Amino acid sequence: MPPSGEAAGTTARPPLLRMEGIVKHFPGAKALDGVDLDVLPGEVHCLLGQNGAGKSTLIKVLSGAHQPTAGRILIDDAEVTIGHPVAALAHGVATMYQELDVVDGLTVAENIYLGHELATGGFTQRREVARRTREILRRLGHPEISPHREVGQLPAAGKQIVSMARALSHDARVIVMDEPSAVLDSGEVENLFRVVRELTAQGVAIVYISHRMEEIRAIGDRITVLKDGRTVGRNLPASTPTRELITLMTGRAVEYAFPRRTGVPDDAPVVLDVQGLSLVGAFEDVSLQVRAGEVVGLAGLVGSGRSEILETLFGARKQSAGTVSVSGRRLRPGSVPAAVAAGVGLAPEERKSQGLVLDEAVYRNITLSTFARTAKGGWLDERAERRVARQQAEALDLRPRDVDRAIRTLSGGNQQKAVLARWLVHGCDVLLLDEPTRGVDVGARSELYGLVRALADNGTAVLVVSSEIPEVLGLADRVHVVSDGRVVHQAPAQEIDEHRVLDLVMEGSVA
Amino acid sequence: MSASTAAPPADESTERRSWLSGPAGRNVGLVVALALICVAGVITGGERFADIDNVVTILRAAAVTGVVAIGMTFVIISGGIDLSVGSVLGLTGVWATTVATQTMAEDLHWLVMVVTALAVGVGAGLVNGVIIAYGRVVPFIATLAMLASARGLAEMISNRQTQRVDVAGFTDFFDLDPLGVPMLIWIFALVAVAGWFLLNRTTFGRRTVAVGGNAEAARLAGIKVKRHTLYIYGLSGLAAGIGGVMMLGRTTAGTSTNGVLLELDVIAAVVVGGTLLAGGRGTIVGTVFGVLIFNTLTNIFVINNMSTSAQSVAKGVIIVAAVLLQQRFANRSRST
Repeated sequence: MPPSGEAAGTTARPPLLRMEGIVKHFPGAKALDGVDLDVLPGEVHCLLGQNGAGKSTLIKVLSGAHQPTAGRILIDDAEVTIGHPVAALAHGVATMYQELDVVDGLTVAENIYLGHELATGGFTQRREVARRTREILRRLGHPEISPHREVGQLPAAGKQIVSMARALSHDARVIVMDEPSAVLDSGEVENLFRVVRELTAQGVAIVYISHRMEEIRAIGDRITVLKDGRTVGRNLPASTPTRELITLMTGRAVEYAFPRRTGVPDDAPVVLDVQGLSLVGAFEDVSLQVRAGEVVGLAGLVGSGRSEILETLFGARKQSAGTVSVSGRRLRPGSVPAAVAAGVGLAPEERKSQGLVLDEAVYRNITLSTFARTAKGGWLDERAERRVARQQAEALDLRPRDVDRAIRTLSGGNQQKAVLARWLVHGCDVLLLDEPTRGVDVGARSELYGLVRALADNGTAVLVVSSEIPEVLGLADRVHVVSDGRVVHQAPAQEIDEHRVLDLVMEGSVA
Repeated sequence: MSASTAAPPADESTERRSWLSGPAGRNVGLVVALALICVAGVITGGERFADIDNVVTILRAAAVTGVVAIGMTFVIISGGIDLSVGSVLGLTGVWATTVATQTMAEDLHWLVMVVTALAVGVGAGLVNGVIIAYGRVVPFIATLAMLASARGLAEMISNRQTQRVDVAGFTDFFDLDPLGVPMLIWIFALVAVAGWFLLNRTTFGRRTVAVGGNAEAARLAGIKVKRHTLYIYGLSGLAAGIGGVMMLGRTTAGTSTNGVLLELDVIAAVVVGGTLLAGGRGTIVGTVFGVLIFNTLTNIFVINNMSTSAQSVAKGVIIVAAVLLQQRFANRSRST
């Protein structure tokens, strides 16, 4: 294997995979807007970019899950069409997704040959499958894993080996790895690197996605940087300084319109007080305060523990240590009703699966936390519920205004407004917002930002989490940077920029 | 903005759809189905079918299943299932007719038997609820276990003997027919109306739909999902208890075989009535229609001296046809 850094000079070899001018439009959004990527045999090609830069979409185009709107894909200098996932495998392109896609109840061998079982007349050739599985596992340097072992009993690293073995069982020549280190501890990461080096030595090309600079330095050969669906840095050597890479990744085409900060008076009381909050395996020793009228942001990458922090202080998870107080009173750990009674509201990350009863009417979703309060002796007062919901629809400019239609039919931005309306009706002192603008179009975003600021101006303490760093910086008064379950930095929002935040989360995360 | 431009046409289509795909609209299909079955009854049975006494017979036969199905409707809307209702119904009847209970009823009041049956039903339901909500056992398994245990307990208590109801007040009450309508039908009607109000007009009903529609969203909105689940299975046990009392009134005897396989008829009626097995949607009116459809069909087969085996085949066909139709409706209302 050529040592890293030298690889940039070996471009004389013809690329194994080349993607040219890939464009992908979704209704109302341009996910990819001209991406170029070329991957040489036997190299580890790193793909860098912020959340929303288009990495996932690019992988999906490559693996046949999405069809590009324009652009060409060439394998061995021949143009190919990857119409569906099976076609990608036939062309030798295998993808290992971030969520391990193995079936726990099947054995190692059954998982590896899932979907392309070796069979004669419907009977699986168990002996032959086991033999080939052993061979692949030996190639991966894991002869100790038995083909007959149930996958559910393997640790995360073992499952990843199975996932990789599946890619090899298809004779993959290009393996896409989407944040493979996310589920591994440091010892397991070392082993992953060893396997990656063995594969590249055999001529397999790896497209490696990771946010961790030290991993890219350790095994990467070349880097392609994406920003807003475009390639902004191509075939850079792995030794490119971090600052240079971050400069390429930041600075957006999309302009955010943020409301003006109104400033929090120094004597504003602390409403939310979190002390030494920990949840084993998710985050550790998190302390923060939010004052009345203040918007505090948690910035960090996906998987850094941000959402878990919000869910824990809302009582949806039970902390292993630490306390949460609202207006000086301690909340009972792990109790959502206690948090709600104390005036805490959460707009959850997964709006559809955690926030809404999709088949129910808009007004019933708005009054989901308050219908028992409006009710008289257990009898619902639907007239009052509708009245309150209509007031909110008017105040938040909910479109359409009709509160009797199923909430399923509303756009993402309007669904999010309904979730906010729920807590406005309830009357919150503390509002927790987890990815408030996910799946919300640009126009509706600025409306939501204005709404959040208006809430804060009315004295609500707001804690907001977002993967989009500019959003956190633009919306919040103060920012806490979270990396690997720890608050690594905090500062007033005006005194920190996207560059610095990325620097903290990328360099600060030691595997 | 896309939302504002897309709104007007979508609005119109909901107006047009609203009564057909809304709760009332879904019941239109059931009315049509019942009407068709009645037409078939008149054609094949003539006078013997289209007779007021025969209608009373159908309703009287439907009453026990109907009452238990009202309770089951709540369970299924909440996203659960209760397989134990038949066994629990048998147990409540046996417990209410033991020598000890009947002696006490003779001394005090015949209502002692009723209270006993209801208490046993609620108790069994709460056991289900605790195991499901707090023990996190899936409803299918928890209530399957209760199905076995409750039946076994009923056999142990009764020693597999038929226990005659000797309390005159009890049998007299069930012989009443105010306005010419037998007591069993009155109870069914009363329970159905109470169930309708409970589902549509109370916080209990709202919580039931919310928990079934999206339990996580309900939990994060501050609803005590576990406690509510417990209450729902308690309610189903109560309905089985009422059914147990009605069965005693109808047969004047408690035996451990009362209600065998009743759960299947009940679940079939609820599902045919339009309640989504996945939870989140369902109506009491639909369930009542579901019960009536099956019982009317049975009546027609009996009038025409057809075998019970043929009945079973017809039941199966109706279940599949009803669910296929529902899926059509569900897909149509989601595609917009």
